[in-house]
Amino acid sequence: MTRGIKKMTTEVMDAHDMHDDHSPAKGIKRWLFSTSHKDIGTMYLVLSLIMFFVGGAMAMIIRSELAIPGLQFVHPEFFNQMTTMHALIMVFGAVMPAFVGLANWMIPLMIGAPDMALPRMNNWSFWILPVAFGLLASTLFMPGGAPAGGWTMYPPLVLQTGDAFPFLIFSVHLLGLSSIMGAINIIVTVINMRAPDMSLLKMPMFVWTWLITAYLLIAVMPVFAGAVTMLLTDQFFGTSFFLAAGGGDPVMFQHIFWFFGHPEVYIMILPAFGVVSEIIPTFSRKPLFGHDSMVYAASCIAFLSFIVWAHHMFTVGMPLTSQLFFMFATMLIAVPTGVKIFNWVATMWRGSMTFETPMLFSLAFVFLFTIGGFSGLMLAIAPADIQYQDTYFVVAHFHYTLVPGSVFAIMAGTYYWLPKWTGHMYNETLGKVHFWTSTFFVNLTFFPMHFLGLAGMPRRIPDYSTQFADFNTMASVGAIGFGVSQLLFVWVLLTSKKGTKVTAEVWDKPPGLEWTVPSPAPYHTFETPPKLSDADGFH
Amino acid sequence: MIRNLLLGFSVLALADTAEADWALNMPKGVTELSLETYNLHMMVFWWCVAIGVAVFTVMIISLFRHRKSKGAQAATFSHSTTAEVIWTTIPVVILVLMAVPTAETMVRMEDSRNPDMTIVVTAHQWKWHYKYQDSNIEYYSSLARSSVEARRKGTDIDPYSVENYLLDVDNPVVVPSGAKIRLLFTSNDVIHAWWVKDLSIKKDAIPGIVNEAWFKTEQVGTYRGQCAELCGKDHGYMPIVVEVVEPEAYQAWVNSHDAGH
Ligand SMILES: [Cu+2]
Ligand SMILES: [Cu+2]
Repeated sequence: MTRGIKKMTTEVMDAHDMHDDHSPAKGIKRWLFSTSHKDIGTMYLVLSLIMFFVGGAMAMIIRSELAIPGLQFVHPEFFNQMTTMHALIMVFGAVMPAFVGLANWMIPLMIGAPDMALPRMNNWSFWILPVAFGLLASTLFMPGGAPAGGWTMYPPLVLQTGDAFPFLIFSVHLLGLSSIMGAINIIVTVINMRAPDMSLLKMPMFVWTWLITAYLLIAVMPVFAGAVTMLLTDQFFGTSFFLAAGGGDPVMFQHIFWFFGHPEVYIMILPAFGVVSEIIPTFSRKPLFGHDSMVYAASCIAFLSFIVWAHHMFTVGMPLTSQLFFMFATMLIAVPTGVKIFNWVATMWRGSMTFETPMLFSLAFVFLFTIGGFSGLMLAIAPADIQYQDTYFVVAHFHYTLVPGSVFAIMAGTYYWLPKWTGHMYNETLGKVHFWTSTFFVNLTFFPMHFLGLAGMPRRIPDYSTQFADFNTMASVGAIGFGVSQLLFVWVLLTSKKGTKVTAEVWDKPPGLEWTVPSPAPYHTFETPPKLSDADGFH
Repeated sequence: MIRNLLLGFSVLALADTAEADWALNMPKGVTELSLETYNLHMMVFWWCVAIGVAVFTVMIISLFRHRKSKGAQAATFSHSTTAEVIWTTIPVVILVLMAVPTAETMVRMEDSRNPDMTIVVTAHQWKWHYKYQDSNIEYYSSLARSSVEARRKGTDIDPYSVENYLLDVDNPVVVPSGAKIRLLFTSNDVIHAWWVKDLSIKKDAIPGIVNEAWFKTEQVGTYRGQCAELCGKDHGYMPIVVEVVEPEAYQAWVNSHDAGH
């Protein structure tokens, strides 16, 4: 009863606010100058979806060329540009902005804050992104073409890039700048703007995993920026950080890059852990199992992610002792990751489950991310890694963690919170069709790649020996099926406002403060801090 | 989805028996270390299968039994220290069981002392150069002519009509069986990686750095591999062929090479 009254007062207050000068500006100005976490969140998500299709189109080119042996469509130079750009765009354009978008929308709503702590910086960190991707995409039309040395940018190869080279470096700088600002904003918001009775350990898992991710970003993005700056000075200002001829060391770049690159892997997966940790309890109708140990596990993973980077480098000729250290440290990550998976299963155990689209995507996440975790454990075994390194086995591994891992979590989160954003229920049937086609095709695409890698197919090659033909054809069919399935996702999103109106709770007693505000969430929320007792899921 | 995965797993499990016609699994290779590597790979694979079966079984049981449509009432428990201690400890034990034999193999891999002969491998965009340190034999090795013609975009040569399409070279590496061969790797331009899976060797060839690896095999035969580190536009077109021959045949090859100069 009290709760009902509380909700009504918030609604009345929000309705009142809509009439003063805090209502959104009209037209393009609303978006260009926006300081609202909701509008900025939406822009991040839309940008991410566009980039997902741009990067996806590149994947289609790659998979078309690889469908049968022989070179049919593109030249090897262009093929390499496609693999490089596909990776850069998917990592920095699709996955990371999607999680920042979800964070923008949901973190203030989940912790009971009226907005992000630094709204103008929030605006800036978003609008840098289109500029950065504009720079990056423009390289496709330059003499020498887009960067083709792989997203890992290993020198000396990357120094052979044509006019695109400085554009690549500057766009990476901008992306890093945007990420760092986004991360600072999230940390400041989470630390300072929580509802008064929300202690750190009462924070929802999505907020927790994002807090940890934000610290990872602040720690490694400057390192990455430094590494690419050294490339820039090697190229244009006569330094020899990575040039053997001038006394530099090409392997040093790899150490610096992977010091960024491995935490980057967790930057793309920890928020995904957070999303499914929100969804599984809701549809199991049971609290998240071991909330606190989930927090410790995520922190452990984050710490370990800093001391395992050289597992990407078992073939560069490291001393035995370093190899042993990096192997053991990498294997250790399996322990906290296992805790996460066991806890999700324990959350489902003796629950009362229903299988709406967000839950389906989350369950597939648990299954398929675990497969990616297994191949990750196999890759940690240094002697075996020597055989796997730079083959399709690795391609299979990281696509399992990134596509049915991160991307499925993003989709799960989108379906889960979409009714909160729009006030309407999306088309559940089409959502399920989207789920089943995506899941079928994602496995058809990436599972055969394990076999290709084990059988000896290197990655990043435009053409291959005929013995690899069958599985490549399967993967290409799967990729095109997966791509087409995503058009369905766009359709569901575009038509979502046609669905039935939803209540504030949307689902069956979902935990969290975000479900105490009306659906769609009004332009201003939590102008007075809420009490945790208003929401489900806090004890 | 579940059926999909199980199928995939059983296919990989069967790969062991069907290796010859279905290249699904890592080859056992022809050296002691490649066999050890294969065994480590299978050991970790089976551990993963075991853990996967355990976790997924619990999850699948839960998915079928504990659903609302079957009238399942949600329990309210939210933690159990005992359970969490158990599922933290067991993985640690399993990891130790994996780590010990792996470390042993790694120690043997790094032991390149007392080789019978040494070959210096220098990578170039996009061919390999081999120099036999104990004789004056040295030569370049590039993609075989038959593949060079068939690899062109828009060619009407069917890749299937080319024997060992993209995996054949003009001048293979020739080594004697039963000898400990040390390889030294470096590069003339960008980073490449010399990979022959049957020898379980993959080593980066890096400008300014000399890396080493070694192998020893009794099995005469032809072993094929490819460059494994992206090295520019023709990265996919710099294969490696190693011919292991009887010592007498090797000597004859050396002599013919000397005569040729
Ligand atoms: Cu890593
Ligand atoms: Cu190469």
